[in-house]
Amino acid sequence: MTDALADSVRAEVRAWLNENWDPNLGLVAWRNKLADSGWGTPHWPKQWYGRDLPVGLVPIVEEEFERVGAVGVAKMGIRTLAAATILAHGSDLHKERFLRRILTGEDTWCQLFSEPGSGSDLAAAMTRAERRGNRWVVNGQKVWTTSAHRADYGLLLARTNVDVPKHKGLAYFILEMRQPGVDVVPLRQMNGHASFNQVFFTDAEVAPEFLVEQDSDGWKIATTTLMHERRGADSMRSFPKGSERPERIYREVAREIAIDLEPYKWYPQRAGRVDLIIERARETGRNADPVVRQEIAKLLIMARCAEWTARRARAALQQGHPGPEGSLGKLAASYVARAANRVHTMISGADAMLTGNDSPMNGVIAEILVSTPAISIAGGTDEIQKNIIAERVLKLPKEPRFDADRPFRDVPKNALPK
Amino acid sequence: MRFNFTDEQREFRSVVRRFLEDKSPSSEVRRLMQTDAGCDGEVWRDLSRDLGLTALHIPEVYGGQGFGISELAIAIEEMGRALLCAPYFASTVLATTAILKAGSDVQKRALLPDLAAGRTIAAFAFTEENGRWDHGGVATTATRIGDKYRLDGVKSFVVDGHTASTVVVLARRPGSAEADGLSLFTVRGDAAGLQRRRLETMDQTRKLARLTFSAVEAELLGAEGAASGPLQATLDIAAICLANEMVGGAERLRESAVEYAKMRVQFGRAIGSFQSLQHKAADMLLDVELAKSAAYYAAAAADEGDDELPALASLAKAAASEAYMQTAIHTVQIHGGIGFTWDNDTHLWFKRAKSSEVLLGDSAHHRERLMRLWNV
Repeated sequence: MTDALADSVRAEVRAWLNENWDPNLGLVAWRNKLADSGWGTPHWPKQWYGRDLPVGLVPIVEEEFERVGAVGVAKMGIRTLAAATILAHGSDLHKERFLRRILTGEDTWCQLFSEPGSGSDLAAAMTRAERRGNRWVVNGQKVWTTSAHRADYGLLLARTNVDVPKHKGLAYFILEMRQPGVDVVPLRQMNGHASFNQVFFTDAEVAPEFLVEQDSDGWKIATTTLMHERRGADSMRSFPKGSERPERIYREVAREIAIDLEPYKWYPQRAGRVDLIIERARETGRNADPVVRQEIAKLLIMARCAEWTARRARAALQQGHPGPEGSLGKLAASYVARAANRVHTMISGADAMLTGNDSPMNGVIAEILVSTPAISIAGGTDEIQKNIIAERVLKLPKEPRFDADRPFRDVPKNALPK
Repeated sequence: MRFNFTDEQREFRSVVRRFLEDKSPSSEVRRLMQTDAGCDGEVWRDLSRDLGLTALHIPEVYGGQGFGISELAIAIEEMGRALLCAPYFASTVLATTAILKAGSDVQKRALLPDLAAGRTIAAFAFTEENGRWDHGGVATTATRIGDKYRLDGVKSFVVDGHTASTVVVLARRPGSAEADGLSLFTVRGDAAGLQRRRLETMDQTRKLARLTFSAVEAELLGAEGAASGPLQATLDIAAICLANEMVGGAERLRESAVEYAKMRVQFGRAIGSFQSLQHKAADMLLDVELAKSAAYYAAAAADEGDDELPALASLAKAAASEAYMQTAIHTVQIHGGIGFTWDNDTHLWFKRAKSSEVLLGDSAHHRERLMRLWNV
């Protein structure tokens, strides 16, 4: 891409913002302007709320937004995955119906993939979708569903055919969450938070036009959704920060962020809080212990290396020379978190036995110690990450498997939950 | 360019790699490691004259190419990959950098053009028999006699010290201690009173020597008593280069382990299809890539005059030490029994990993230094 194109895009977005940006607008009204003009998602097609710009120019548009403090489209949570999936695989009806309200933040989405019987092995999903008359009828259970309790729509993976191999009998639906057949129950985690839900379907209904794909293609779309999810899971992940400014739109954004981030409030602790290590070592005096110093150094070295590796991966992608470093971010984040847990424990000593207000930093340290196990499981376990690295990056031969080539009904499965 | 290489740098790497694949196959490594000099004169001439690798980070005014540490690091990463037997680390990295950091303009004009052209091979004698990598371990004395100096003492673990025609020596004013009173000197390899003995090294591809100085006449390099700063700056650059050499070797081992796992059949299938082995291979990739990130970042930082350079040098060396040795251990393990034999090449890199692990300070030393530099 040429500098001339970059300059003209910069001039164009700057002029448009001069003309249109007004922090006293309502959030939805402003985002509707973004959808109409295409400046909220400039890399999307012109026909669907974008401007057909190369992805490489998006940072220029973001810079101009930042310069005047302009608010962007809604990006938190599953809605981004929903938008990417609908944009790539949805019908015009889906795009018409859902994309705008995703961008404005009016609709919240959730992802109905994991089940009690299928976590890593998502293609073994047992939730059934059957065609009855002119409706699809869904029965079964999903789990680990973030934001299900306030979601308007869910991306649903469900089985339509048990007589074909597991990957071929799945369909991908858009399911309306607010209906009688859908029950949402919070799921309490070992760290005491309940950030996720269990979702039960009892004759829940889906209109035929909300089937996105079925047969072999249902699973294919699910894997692209997962790929987008993993890509967002490396150590580069960051959360949006609100502005303190007083105008109406900033107050609305702050409220939106607070609601959207609620399930993720322990996520920094899940990642190990490497940022607190030196401060804690000084305040406890453990920085005088040569053994602790060695462990601190090991951790900080690994954390810096992981950060630099993520940046190398990003630079390589931008330069068009993607290498193996691109698939390592999630695994590296797991190892950093686990090491941080060990070092925080060494630093805290006996205090590591306490929790809540009796524990250091009003419970933050305790929350680290019981939250890091999540990071090596959520969004693809370390074991699955390693299988992917071994088979797809290193091209090692696949392990023989016994579930892929026979009808799903004949594959051994977990007992149904009571 | 801390996170990527330029197109020119990528092209340079591929030129060096092709050259080394041609000139330093493992059969050559095995032949040369059994010789006293541990180097093929013709290959040294080619890499100096044709590729200009000995001139990379020497400024043009001193007969060099005027590139940076990033290019030096690329060259030495490739040498680590090929396990090249040559006095490159001793002469181009250690001794040349010491002269660049410490020497006066006149001295640089006198010494560097021959080093740049590969006509002179130099070594850097700073460690002594106590094996300490900091100035505190220096006991060799330099006594002033007129405008000359007389060196007395024993230097050890001197990389390629037995063959170098010029030796840069670290010594101290009699009665001084720690960073005080340190100076650098140059001595001819065949100077009267200098006894040199090659040490028997576990890693035969990197030769070490013990040098005994008995009233050896020496030329002062740079200012008298002011060597502490240049010494540390040299060792930081050397640690960064060594880290890059190590990640080159580690990557080569990692690749050989994966290749073998694809080929070797047990229980009716390639062993690379077993998850226990796949997961080890994934961890090896992570180890090597993380260490590469630190080595590359530190080399780029050296060219940008980063204040954090000493910390980054220690970080990169500690990361590479752990990653190379761990990779070597896994690579032997993945090869199984054959990996423990002399005929299999793995042990050549395993031993280089071991010698590099401690050369210029092991990872515990560098981690503690990092903590001090970060004021923990």
